[in-house]
Amino acid sequence: MNNEFFPLFFSFHFYLFAVIALVSAILFVTRKSPVAAALWLVNVMFCLAALYVMLDAQFIGAIQILVYAGAIMVVFLFVVMLLNLGKPEDVSDIRGNLPRVTAGFVGAALLAEVMVLARAKWSAQLTLPVASGEAMRNEPGGIIAPIAEVLLRDQLLAFELASILLLVAIVGAVTLGRKRS
Amino acid sequence: MLAESLALSAALFAIGVIGVLTRRNAIILFMCIELMLNAVNLSLVALSKVYGASGEVFVLFVITVAAAEAAVGLAIVISIFRHRQSVNLDDINLLKG
Repeated sequence: MNNEFFPLFFSFHFYLFAVIALVSAILFVTRKSPVAAALWLVNVMFCLAALYVMLDAQFIGAIQILVYAGAIMVVFLFVVMLLNLGKPEDVSDIRGNLPRVTAGFVGAALLAEVMVLARAKWSAQLTLPVASGEAMRNEPGGIIAPIAEVLLRDQLLAFELASILLLVAIVGAVTLGRKRS
Repeated sequence: MLAESLALSAALFAIGVIGVLTRRNAIILFMCIELMLNAVNLSLVALSKVYGASGEVFVLFVITVAAAEAAVGLAIVISIFRHRQSVNLDDINLLKG
């Protein structure tokens, strides 16, 4: 997404999707009903896909919608509806005050850490070498070519291991889900 | 947009951590872990805009691992539900010692 021509348009939509994602995430954590929580999480994932497209990662945005919002969340919804946990009024699964306070402290600590890191001055050894993603995208081959190059050449072993991992996960899920006679 | 993306990623990760600490439902716990993985993905994508395509490739790996985790984890949840008729984590205390 080129933000040189319409900078205001770009930043307005960037902040819009960011705010929707944040609000949806908060609603996701606070909903009692698992179905409502899952649907708010789907909303977060759609907003993140939009942000990926705005950050020049169109391929990842498409994968996000296909795999996360399309496949993984459908599995979650399927399990929630299969188990039929009853009405949300009957079962409140939100913990008591002590875990809430602990969670608040952990969240504040994480945010404080990020603020400190954002203001820290890094020494020259810690900064990564800049390979200039912008220049890479102007090469012939478009958006997919640099990803494919890294995926199928530099990270080939990890790519093959990921396929084995998926196979093992499928076999494991079938074995665990089977009814014992 | 890099700083904003990293800040949003941190906020989403914190919300995921808060969810893991405050909820008892095993399925919602899994979804909070997915939210944390998504937050990390956002920071990887934002950094890959500056540092090259490796970040996007790592996002692909993260999504693969998340899919595998969701499949196995939900199968475990279903099999626990068959035994206990509940997915409340407080009822699952066999390994507590």
